[in-house]
Amino acid sequence: MPGMTMVQALNSAMDVMLGRDPDVVIFGEDVGFYGGVFRVTDGLQKKHGQERVFDAPIAEGGMLAVAVGMGAYGLRPIVEIQFADYIYPATDQLISAAARLRYRSAGEFWAPLTVRAPCGGGIFGGQTHSQSVEAIFTHVCGLKTVIPSNPYDAKGLLISAIEDDDPVVFFEPKRLYNGPFDGHPDRPSVPWTNHPQSEVPEGHYTVPLGKAALVREGAAVTVLVYGTMVHVALTAAEEASIDAEIIDLRTLLPLDIETIVTSVKKTGRCVIAHEATRTCGFGAELAALVQEHCFYHLEAPIVRVTGWDTPYPHALEWDYFPGPVRVADGLRRALEG
Amino acid sequence: MDTAIPPSSDSNAPPRLKLHIPPHHPAPGETPDFSYVRRYAAGVTERPATDVPAHATHELAYHLIRVLDDDGAAVGAWDPKLDPETLRRGLRAMMLTRAYDDRMMRAQRRGKTSFYMKCTGEEAVAVAQAFALAPDDMAFPTYRQQGILIARGWPLLDMMCQCYSNAKDRLKGRQLPVLYSAREASFFSLAGNLGNQFPQAVGWAMASAYKGDHRIAAAWTGEGATAEGDFHHALTFASVYRAPVVLNVVNNQWAISSHQEVAGGEEATFAARAIGFGLACLRVDGNDFLAVYAATQWAAARARANHGATLIELFTYRAGPHSTSDDPNRYRPEDEWKLWPLGDPIERLSRHLVRLGEWSPERHAQLESELADEVRDAAREAERYGTLDQGPHFSAKTMFEDVFKEMPWHLRRQRQELGV
Repeated sequence: MPGMTMVQALNSAMDVMLGRDPDVVIFGEDVGFYGGVFRVTDGLQKKHGQERVFDAPIAEGGMLAVAVGMGAYGLRPIVEIQFADYIYPATDQLISAAARLRYRSAGEFWAPLTVRAPCGGGIFGGQTHSQSVEAIFTHVCGLKTVIPSNPYDAKGLLISAIEDDDPVVFFEPKRLYNGPFDGHPDRPSVPWTNHPQSEVPEGHYTVPLGKAALVREGAAVTVLVYGTMVHVALTAAEEASIDAEIIDLRTLLPLDIETIVTSVKKTGRCVIAHEATRTCGFGAELAALVQEHCFYHLEAPIVRVTGWDTPYPHALEWDYFPGPVRVADGLRRALEG
Repeated sequence: MDTAIPPSSDSNAPPRLKLHIPPHHPAPGETPDFSYVRRYAAGVTERPATDVPAHATHELAYHLIRVLDDDGAAVGAWDPKLDPETLRRGLRAMMLTRAYDDRMMRAQRRGKTSFYMKCTGEEAVAVAQAFALAPDDMAFPTYRQQGILIARGWPLLDMMCQCYSNAKDRLKGRQLPVLYSAREASFFSLAGNLGNQFPQAVGWAMASAYKGDHRIAAAWTGEGATAEGDFHHALTFASVYRAPVVLNVVNNQWAISSHQEVAGGEEATFAARAIGFGLACLRVDGNDFLAVYAATQWAAARARANHGATLIELFTYRAGPHSTSDDPNRYRPEDEWKLWPLGDPIERLSRHLVRLGEWSPERHAQLESELADEVRDAAREAERYGTLDQGPHFSAKTMFEDVFKEMPWHLRRQRQELGV
């Protein structure tokens, strides 16, 4: 089994689905001839034809509107938004249309679309190429929100998203595209090659939406993370020698509450870490759910380690990013609390 | 902070800049003024072939396609030459739409539902367009195209049950009255967000083209919502992908209390929006059943032959209020609609049929009374299934259904919390 990067795994997911389902089409800025600015759709137009993988005008709202109409017709469109930071013009179509269509038509129409967008920082993208906007979408009823942390999950989750009959927002941590990232920007980049999760089958398989992954067993504290922060949390636990149990949520909505509750009831402590800004971030929902379900098992206040409530500053990227030092500090606070 | 700029004493200073706000005119109590409506004679506008390059239609953006003249004769190249039976069916659908609107407006006033929106004066738009489209062409309407459902023979009972949000409402009481959805009638679920569905129709049309289907899409927006980015998106995507779609702007002069000038109608027509996108355009007398039919037929034929989208401006007048929630007498002269220079669509088609010897004032009056009975009977039946004020409604547990195809745990839990 060849090792795949996350880019290759995502590409393979779309290649597989284009091959299996003639109703799958892909469009977005620069995704056709060029294959996407991150190369995620590389070669797909050449292989599957320009009617199936094509360039779109720079109009995210238009792309999503068109995807809603295509979905209502019966296609399964995949829209690439070049950066999650550019998704805002599409939010009206996502929130007012895609997410509501099944409900407001009492099941007459629906929009089985997938929106892919690279998210997160770590590549010196500045304020407009670094944001993590997942909480905007988890707040919307009718949308599913997915964020993978490795190539195997990325492919399996993307296939599940494409096959899902509800609209799915699929965020791809761009810092993980070409290798896992331990959160230390001063260390050399590591490729996916030797990572166990880079072993990706060539063909069709799924990773179900709504199921978290236990990526590290531990007894001292539960860590709830997703995307890039999975790797950062693993690093933090190792470096601080803390017996942390790390859960990769993979899907934020629907959320795998059982895995979370089982773990927190076992450890009695909980740290939540995400790259997105803190206030009303997804961590706030997680903290509320943990206290609702596990209050009498908690031995310490829930700790949040997050991006600051500021825009993502270009030169100060690593002061903003919740790296392993800050996560380890959060783990210690949860243990001391 | 005082932002006033002191007067300049320098006589060579450039002129002061001036902000232009379109005037609100005429106001209630003033004399209606339709001097801005250029009343082209019927029959004078040329009809290009449906496969001409888009630019060959662009001068039509500043014309007005009219077929019915003041005497009720059908004249000129745009006369669709419909047989009398089709004309009578068209008249009937328009009259039924008006009767339905009147009944539901009264039902709202009597508290049987929360809200209603009539299309009085604009019946030719939806009805003639539905007649010109194939029954399975997908319509993405606004809330003022109830005439499409009626023209397609959709049961009034079903529409009324939706407006009453009662136990037989196919939308289970989830949608505001008039925001219908009827997949079997190729009538797309109405959003209520203005403009939002205009580009969705383009996507549907692209999908139909991708699949090698024969069905085209048609979308409607009011002139007011052409100011939304969605309108621009629709025209861009329709142009880039040559989507088989008919894009309709119903210019009924008013967006609630804002005149069409506030939407950008002062310096250019809405049909002229097509020019910069390289789309074909037609501008048509929206109160002329024959002209609306002919323009729509032209655009549909063009789309079906893979020549792309047409933007049609339907020039009409909103004779009623925007909805049950506003009083037009507070923002426009009370008698303005009576003076609309392009007349009433029902009267005009009726006069045409009379002129053809295919109709009479007696038959018209008789039909009017039959339709009122039909609407009354449907309303009585609908009310047996409930009204918004009296119920019954769908049970509260249905509130949690259809958010997703399968209900996730958090919604099941919230349903338990509600105790249903």
